[in-house]
Amino acid sequence: MPSFGSAQLKLLEKLCNVIAVSGDEGEVRKIVLEEIKDVADDVRVDALGNILATRLGRGRKRPRVMVDAHMDEVGFMIVADDGDGIYRFEPVGGIDVRHLVGKQVFVGKERTAGVIGGKPIHLMDKDEQTKKVPLEGLRIDLGLTGKARIGDRAGFATKFRRVGPSIMSKAIDNRIGVATVIELLKHAPSNIDLCAAFTVQEEIGLRGAKVAAQYFNPDLAIAIDSTPANDLPVHDGSENVAYNTKLGLGPAVYIADGSTLHDPRLVRFLQGVGEAESIPYQLRQPGGGGTDSAAIQRALTGIPTVSLSVPHRYTHSPISLSRVDDWKNTLNLLHAALKKITFDLIAKR
Amino acid sequence: MTELLPFLKSIISVSGVSGYETPVARLIEEKWRPLVDEIRLSRVGSLHGLKKGSGKGKGKRPSVMIATHMDAIGMMVSKITDGFLHITKVGGIDVRVLPGAIVSVHASSGEELPGVIAMPSSKLLPDSVGDGVLEIHYLLVDTGLTPREVEKKVRVGDLVSFANDPMELAGDILSGHTIDNRASVAALTVCLEELQTKPHLWDVWAVATVQEETSYLGAYTSAFDIRPDIAIAVDGTFAQGPGANGWQSFPMGKGVGLCVGPNMHPFLHKKLKELAEKLEIPWFLDVTPAHSGTDAYPMQVTAEGIPTALLDFPIRYMHTPVESVSIKDLQRTGRLLAEFIASLELDFVESIVWE
Repeated sequence: MPSFGSAQLKLLEKLCNVIAVSGDEGEVRKIVLEEIKDVADDVRVDALGNILATRLGRGRKRPRVMVDAHMDEVGFMIVADDGDGIYRFEPVGGIDVRHLVGKQVFVGKERTAGVIGGKPIHLMDKDEQTKKVPLEGLRIDLGLTGKARIGDRAGFATKFRRVGPSIMSKAIDNRIGVATVIELLKHAPSNIDLCAAFTVQEEIGLRGAKVAAQYFNPDLAIAIDSTPANDLPVHDGSENVAYNTKLGLGPAVYIADGSTLHDPRLVRFLQGVGEAESIPYQLRQPGGGGTDSAAIQRALTGIPTVSLSVPHRYTHSPISLSRVDDWKNTLNLLHAALKKITFDLIAKR
Repeated sequence: MTELLPFLKSIISVSGVSGYETPVARLIEEKWRPLVDEIRLSRVGSLHGLKKGSGKGKGKRPSVMIATHMDAIGMMVSKITDGFLHITKVGGIDVRVLPGAIVSVHASSGEELPGVIAMPSSKLLPDSVGDGVLEIHYLLVDTGLTPREVEKKVRVGDLVSFANDPMELAGDILSGHTIDNRASVAALTVCLEELQTKPHLWDVWAVATVQEETSYLGAYTSAFDIRPDIAIAVDGTFAQGPGANGWQSFPMGKGVGLCVGPNMHPFLHKKLKELAEKLEIPWFLDVTPAHSGTDAYPMQVTAEGIPTALLDFPIRYMHTPVESVSIKDLQRTGRLLAEFIASLELDFVESIVWE
């Protein structure tokens, strides 16, 4: 198993701290291109901004295995200038407005500091305090002389930090996937041709993954992402039966989500690798949600696809939380799995 | 002259939730010590700095007390479930700013644990909540530690404070939690620094009060202890901006607020106004029809009653973690305070008249 430690966490920190809202993934792209330039046999940036990198194996009969991670994160776009440093914004991707009041953001390529304020509690009656502030009531404030351009992207200003067994950061979804695919490229086994797709625009409709799959035309694909863990106590103390995933139980293997029935052969395969190698993993509760696998699976004539995710709490919020060990086990499971992939895996249904 | 911005940043970066002001009190004490002749803590934890005046005459030298509260709104652990902390409010918290907020848990173990305020998904809440506002008892603090570690370190009653870093915004604005009311402490510090070279006859009591956000405990007790001849409270008022454009709000960066209303003595207001005009310090009129919601309220009714004034400056997004203030406004507030103190004659109290 390749080693796992501070180098990997440093890379993740760097990836998490830059802002790359869907359609504006340049900051992550820069880091990825730099990281992979010496390990990939071929690297290209396509028409949408996806990074498509290939690392060839050796020997004959090598399956083409696509590993995918989206580079984009949810965020905002500046849409109107109210004057005196105050701007209206629209969310990009699924953001719950209840997470926005009183938060710090960075705007534009210059990372101009801004805040999303809220009306003072002193100036409202009790009734108003019980109503959520709608998007129309929110502004980004850059200070009295602050300037942004219409169309600038903005993202949460949260800084990555390590806390005990955990990391707290914005955009764990899906920089943890990006860091994973970088690691896989650096340590690719020789039995396969590894087709690494760092995709764009997942958060607004899996746009990058679709063309990435069409370019690579792989024999099979694994979408690597980060999935919510709703493993918090239920308000009335009853058993939590809708946890989706739980922190600390290892990578989450998808069976079925809101848009994909994952290839059962690959689901069983990942489970088998976990069992054989004694690597902890968990099964994500079948249910809603989805990953790039939906777009990949239905590309071209159909591609056998599975998803594997690192669980995180507080999805699409200013600060999410994951366990370092879950990421380590995700990497270990994938390193072990890639080594074992042969055409036999997908020879029959 | 101290750089105001780094000092304000430093004092908003330490905790001092109402009732637990000691960490910030220490930092302020360190700053004030060289600027005053005596400094001590009151029996309930307010910081009293005395800068003696040069006035000589019959009887006791008159004194002015400047009150700036140093406490902050925050939260307290009310229960622990599976390593998650339930919380309750200390002071006027708008629960809508809490989901996704960065906090520190001041654990019984002595550690300051970073945390995030979690909004559980609707699947874990009663149907009635839907996608609406979560009352505070539904919110949880996640420290990222395992339940075992949390049980070892944290107890019910431990404090939780906002912990996002301060952020400088364009146009000389500082944004962060607890600008209310550490910004006033900073303005009072500017005043003390100006008084180092500006002669004044009166004794000056610089006071950082406790528990303004909850009960005015500090202002009541410090005013009683010091028995000043006049008292001035310094606090934030509402800045114009998103969500606040009514008559109670004022433009940022345009000067000092001079308050009128029942909590303030009209004669002191008149004198402050005349002085601001003479010195060309920009000011605006802040009217408070009844309760000013500041330390002026308790000080006025201390002992036999104290002539009281209130100076303020606009703060945007008050009681959120991104309160914002114009540094220029704070400098002006500090300067006006110093000039007013320097202008006080020994017989000023006798000159106070009712129309």
